[in-house]
Amino acid sequence: MSDIVLQLQDIETCYGKIVALRGINLVVKKGQIVALLGANGAGKSTTLRTISGLVKSSAGKIMFLGNDITRSPAHETVRNGLIHVPEGRRIFKGMTVQENLDLGSFTLKDDGVRKKRMERVFGLFPILEKRRKQDAGLLSGGEQQMLAMGRALMNEPKLLLLDEPSMGLAPFLVQEIMRVIRQLNASGATILLVEQNAKAALKLAHYGYVLETGKIVMENDGNSLQNDARIVNAYLGN
Amino acid sequence: MSNLDIILQQLANGLILGSFYSLVALGYTMVYGIIKLLNFAHGDIYMVGAFIGFSILSVVSGILGDGWTGIVATMALSMIAVGFIGVIIQRIAYRPMLQAPRLSILITALAVSLILYNLVMSITDGEFKAFTVGLGYEGISMGEVYITFTQMVLVSATAVLMTILHLFINKTMYGKAMRAISIDQDACRLMGIDVNRVIAVTFFVGSALAAAAGVMAGVYYGSIHFFMGFVIGLKAFTAAVMGGIGSIPGAMLGGLILGLLESFGTQIPFIGSEWKDVFAFGILILLLVFKPTGLLGRTEIERM
Ligand SMILES: Nc1ncnc2c1ncn2[C@@H]1O[C@H](COP(=O)(O)OP(=O)(O)OP(=O)(O)O)[C@@H](O)[C@H]1O
Ligand SMILES: [Mg+2]
Repeated sequence: MSDIVLQLQDIETCYGKIVALRGINLVVKKGQIVALLGANGAGKSTTLRTISGLVKSSAGKIMFLGNDITRSPAHETVRNGLIHVPEGRRIFKGMTVQENLDLGSFTLKDDGVRKKRMERVFGLFPILEKRRKQDAGLLSGGEQQMLAMGRALMNEPKLLLLDEPSMGLAPFLVQEIMRVIRQLNASGATILLVEQNAKAALKLAHYGYVLETGKIVMENDGNSLQNDARIVNAYLGN
Repeated sequence: MSNLDIILQQLANGLILGSFYSLVALGYTMVYGIIKLLNFAHGDIYMVGAFIGFSILSVVSGILGDGWTGIVATMALSMIAVGFIGVIIQRIAYRPMLQAPRLSILITALAVSLILYNLVMSITDGEFKAFTVGLGYEGISMGEVYITFTQMVLVSATAVLMTILHLFINKTMYGKAMRAISIDQDACRLMGIDVNRVIAVTFFVGSALAAAAGVMAGVYYGSIHFFMGFVIGLKAFTAAVMGGIGSIPGAMLGGLILGLLESFGTQIPFIGSEWKDVFAFGILILLLVFKPTGLLGRTEIERM
């Protein structure tokens, strides 16, 4: 029995004629935080979208907890505990905070469990409880990110895909989000973290991959990457 | 008639008319909200609803009679049947078109409209059908105003249906998913929502409401015909746009306002009832000039 949660084998993904991923190999093990780094347009979001099933790969294989999910539609992979928090939060503006959280547990039948999970989310992000009746579109950027993560946690993720959770946030909020990620990981969630903020990401990550124009060009454990001269020059400089 | 009598009478007429408009407008607005399609076949669904109701009533009235018991049963069965017809049309005609350019699916809707219209025309030989019900003409009179119980029941039934819809949309998971899909489909898929399934449910609900209106129109006017969906389709569309297309409370409000405007419009000096359509569409144009998103619409403006 292996402790591999997610494995990508030679994954290729295209948008029409544009080839975005050119043979990605990647492994995420149970209990890890794995960082996926890379410049704008490298294919980080596409990698996450391919894993969750929002876009289909044209070649390769994706295994999640021992099952082949390469062809599974997005709404089915969710049921198996693979939860994707997309770039730009994508919360439902025009609906209340509470309704957003409800929708996070769409697959759940039991209202009692739903309530328990919502209490847990409110424990992690107390501000959401204060704003529960408010239109989610009126939340600040940081609060929206908390809502996006809270919504994902309504689902009890076994694997959480986070796409740039710190994007556009003030430094103290980045710290706050990173703290929550560490806390989630400590309480058992495995995490694949896409970040522009390589410094913050590598502080948390057990392992990291560097993506460049659709290919993995480097991989190593978090500490080594943090000290790697090439990484320091490309992503951590000043 | 005194002024007060006239106002009361037109209020009653306007509420009935507005009920039909609202029920049909809801289907327009729900489908637009979820897949951004102006479903021009929706008026024909209302017409099909009336004919399905007619057929069901001819069987049901033998068992339950043609009083309210029979009519309520007919209405419920028609709503279910037409709901499924809506789902089937959606599955065959619209779903394959969802990724295609907008214009393609719009043309598909026009084709569906023509098919339904011609189908019913040939089946019925283009004849009027008498929608015979045994409800009588009892009612209450206030001064010179006379309002039948039938009118009151139809308006109340509309209110009940709208309340149920309101609860469905706001309190159930599927209702919330429906609203969420109109905001962000991909985000919904990431919540585990089967978007195609929710779209199908939306068509079911919208078609069922149109069927309810079709049966009510049969009961109220006493006869039905294959072209009865055309004008009401336009009017319901107008109502949906007035209320803000995509907005469910907007469709309810838009329908009622349009019904009331039309019935009161007939009372304006020098504008006879033959001008009532001009009046209704004129108001729409004025409203769109000053508030392009409709009364309760969202602020985004999209070109079609
Ligand atoms: N919907 C799309 N249609 C066409 N091309 C796309 C689409 N989405 C992404 N691409 C292209 O695919 C490549 C990878 O994009 P992707 O969004 O995965 O990059 P990223 O690493 O997430 O970048 P960023 O850091 O800016 O978010 C880019 O060249 C991009 O232009
Ligand atoms: Mg990205």
